[in-house]
Amino acid sequence: MAMNPHSASDTPADNQRLYLTLAVVVVAVILPFVVKNFLIFQLTLAMVYAIAILGLNLLTGFNGQFSLGHSAFFAIGAYTAAILMDHWDVAYYWTLPAAGIACMISGFLFGLPALRLEGIYLALATFSLAVAAPQILKSSPLEPWTGGVQGITIIKPDAPFGLPLNSDQWLYFFTLALLLALFAGAANLVNSRTGRAIMAIRDNSIAARSMGIDVSLYKALTFGVSAFYTGVAGALGAIVIQFVAPDSFTFVLAIGLFVGLVVGGVGSIAGTLFGGLFVLFVPNIAEHISKGLAGAVYGIILILVIYLMPSGAAGLARLIGTKLARRHS
Amino acid sequence: MKNRMTLLTATVVGFALAATPALAQKKYDAGASDTEIKIGNINPYSGPASAYGLIGKTIGAYFNKINAEGGINGRKINYISYDDAYSPPKAVEQARKLVESDEVLLVFQSLGTPSNSAIHKYMNAKKVPQLFVATGATKWGDPKNFPWTMGWQPNYQSEARIYAKYLLEKYPNAKIGILYQNDDYGKDYVKGLKDGLGAKAATMIISEQPYETSDPTVDSQVINLKASGADVFFNVTTPKFAAQAIRKAAEIGWKPLHLLNNVSNSVGSVLKPAGLENANGVVSTAYYKDPTDPTWKDDAAFKRWADFMAKYFSDGDKSSSFTVYGFAVAQTMVQVLKQCGDDLTRENVMKQAANLKNVDIDMLLPGIKVNTSATDFFPIKQMQLMRFNGERWQLFGPVLNGGVGS
Amino acid sequence: MSAATKMSAAPISATEASNGMELFLHQVLAGLATGGIYACMALAIVMIYQAIDSLNFAQGEMAMFSTFIAWQLIQWGLPYWVAFFATIGISFAAGVAIERIVFKPLRDAPLLSHIVVFIALFAILNSLAGFIWDFSIKSFPSPFGSRPLFGGLVSMHDAGMVFVTVILMLLLFVFFRYTRIGLAMRATAANPDSARLVGIRVGWMVALGWGMAAAIGAVAGMLIAPIVFLEPNMMLSILLYGFAAAVVGGLNSPLGAVVGGFTVGVIENLAGTFIPYIGRELKLTIALALIVAVLTLKPSGLFGKTIVHRV
Repeated sequence: MAMNPHSASDTPADNQRLYLTLAVVVVAVILPFVVKNFLIFQLTLAMVYAIAILGLNLLTGFNGQFSLGHSAFFAIGAYTAAILMDHWDVAYYWTLPAAGIACMISGFLFGLPALRLEGIYLALATFSLAVAAPQILKSSPLEPWTGGVQGITIIKPDAPFGLPLNSDQWLYFFTLALLLALFAGAANLVNSRTGRAIMAIRDNSIAARSMGIDVSLYKALTFGVSAFYTGVAGALGAIVIQFVAPDSFTFVLAIGLFVGLVVGGVGSIAGTLFGGLFVLFVPNIAEHISKGLAGAVYGIILILVIYLMPSGAAGLARLIGTKLARRHS
Repeated sequence: MKNRMTLLTATVVGFALAATPALAQKKYDAGASDTEIKIGNINPYSGPASAYGLIGKTIGAYFNKINAEGGINGRKINYISYDDAYSPPKAVEQARKLVESDEVLLVFQSLGTPSNSAIHKYMNAKKVPQLFVATGATKWGDPKNFPWTMGWQPNYQSEARIYAKYLLEKYPNAKIGILYQNDDYGKDYVKGLKDGLGAKAATMIISEQPYETSDPTVDSQVINLKASGADVFFNVTTPKFAAQAIRKAAEIGWKPLHLLNNVSNSVGSVLKPAGLENANGVVSTAYYKDPTDPTWKDDAAFKRWADFMAKYFSDGDKSSSFTVYGFAVAQTMVQVLKQCGDDLTRENVMKQAANLKNVDIDMLLPGIKVNTSATDFFPIKQMQLMRFNGERWQLFGPVLNGGVGS
Repeated sequence: MSAATKMSAAPISATEASNGMELFLHQVLAGLATGGIYACMALAIVMIYQAIDSLNFAQGEMAMFSTFIAWQLIQWGLPYWVAFFATIGISFAAGVAIERIVFKPLRDAPLLSHIVVFIALFAILNSLAGFIWDFSIKSFPSPFGSRPLFGGLVSMHDAGMVFVTVILMLLLFVFFRYTRIGLAMRATAANPDSARLVGIRVGWMVALGWGMAAAIGAVAGMLIAPIVFLEPNMMLSILLYGFAAAVVGGLNSPLGAVVGGFTVGVIENLAGTFIPYIGRELKLTIALALIVAVLTLKPSGLFGKTIVHRV
């Protein structure tokens, strides 16, 4: 769903999308005042995962570079925030850009050797990164910073300026604002010339190169930007959960983000919201259905989703939108 | 005259009030009522630590038994157990769900050091008991800073100190090789051993080999330990790797004094797969009875456990010590709740948990009792050394006190 | 305290320095033994890759499930070899069935969707195995016995496993290189449309590939279980090392898979023993860094053929 406030002609479809977006935002703003704290906490986490999935989407969905390793960037972002807050008492809002920049650099650096890898090989290399990350975080050289296996506990921030919000609600709005800003940024990126170059590389990198696009630079940069997004999400996640430990960032998280990407809709920015909600709530639903076979139920739900919504939730929404438009015309 | 009347009235009223304490003092926090007590639990039913999920299931079965027998002071236990897949963020989510959505009275036996670390501050901030956590890490017995958290089993450092003392007494010139899991469970044991050996640790410990749960085998580490020339093998591993290590040591012809940590000394789940003859001579500690040990055949407590398994948990693994552990810790919980009477506030739950005096819990070894106080948040501190003779464990020596925290 | 850490941070004690060569050999041998496990798994991975041009993340869980079936058959009284071959047959049939039922409808779906279904399959098999047989470890018998060789560094079983793996590798090599069906399968994976045009039953080729991969996986599982003990989570890390081995060796080369497996096993052991201080803690990381390095320098692996794509 592209948000394009500068289009010359506002088609009815664009207006529809704009109203839908506004409606969702309004609901999102009212929600924390009518639901319990626990649900606010869960929704905040879902938004955090949505931002992380958006990062993955930029790389895999829009640029065609396969990553099964984004849990590593999520971890780097989370630990950056935790270390800054724990060792140097940095205020939580400054940790976010710091986490983002740390991840952008590491993402770019990882993107450079990854340039030579394609498809399944790149998936494997990134998966290796995801598997290695907890081990590296636990290792003795890093222990004075990371707290080793014990992890680091963070204090949850309260609402500033004495606003009448509890800390759960405050974090919700903070995350929501960040989500909207980051989504808008991603949409702008995707709709720009850079975005088109990035997508051209995905569709046919050889043709892109012959048209003058510096494929290597763009691919590495996309890696960096993608890691930036996921890193900021990681920092946010650390603040919301108030705890980081190596066990929080295993490859299971990387797989979860990947599943969220596909389920939400590859190449769709709004779809990542559905992905985030899916990643958080569906395992709980599966456990509710069957305690002993929760994993099997989850697997079956996944297969059903792939069968019924092959292009993810975004694809389904588009399908419904087209059908409705056809009925109106 | 008036004064005497007032005094008489006051006395009569006073007696009347004293005669009906229950009616006047029923106190409930969220999760408790006239008819039920809601107990929350977080266990790994999936993921890398899923073998421990058996404990959560055993506890559920035990609470079913209590309910079938009339409940506690007439109230039924509503046991709500969630899976955290051994992931700290999931543990935080499940803890918040239990406290804020299900509104349990307390969270009981949450399992795993990372998961408990993740919810430690939250539980204490919310003033909800994080009771009898299923980990032996030493940091759970800190009533001054974390008055709402309490462990249950003898902590790992205490156990390691017992081994250290044993070595200093019997084998002061030993050369020790350590195999340990590279997380805080493993490191806690290593610290306990080093502290217990004191100044001699530096000269006695000649090799330390860590492993990750992601390693397929620990064969390489065991080979390294043999090559180092160690004649004492301190084996800090979880069941699967313990079995591998015991078997590999035998295969390569390495026969050290084998000290096996308590977590993995189950005959049925570890020694049998490893090969009973390979485990001959292994030394460990115990604080509860091994379910496959024929010594306890006619023991009353054992019979009660066996009846429980047959009636309420028939498909539970009778050879796994996890079922004994679950049975014993659930019984301790029931004891605390019984002591609460009709005052089922969270504060009273912690007060009664800190008020266990020489409590006898079924399946604990003879001589081992549960003891807590306002400054002592380590319910079980005693253990006994035992040696495996190729068929079963044989206890030896006196019941010992670990030392850390007691 | 720091003195103790320093001393024990050295991977071998000072008195053993003179035996460094001996330790080196020991670790190489042990590494070959573990490498045999990886090689076995890697063969199944290469098989599925040859069939569907993609990696099945659930391969390990399928192998684990097959091994449980074998265990159950043995518990019910069947002799080992009967259970062994019955399991191979059942696994083959199950592999074909999974392909026909689950993956055939997805034939035209993008690769990403396929991967999600692999993940779903993983979750289902793992959860089901835990539900049916619970999570405690079980011993699985070995057909070779466990008599120690070379002073116990390797056992008869390790040697037997390597032997079977090499036989399997040769069989696969011959199958792909010299049989018509093998050629048809490779054609299907490389270019399904062209293969269809020359009359190859593409659908059944893919199903056959799945069946064979499941069967090889079952063999791998039954050879691995005696060493690491049978439990639902037993294949997870082995799958990863198997992937590493297959990638290092070259995803379209059975020989590469086996060589890759031994390479990964030996390097992992040597890194863990001889790299000071961090070697033991970062064994897995080093193995993975190795993969990434190989991939960067020679993306198609040591023995793999570089595939040229038409633009």
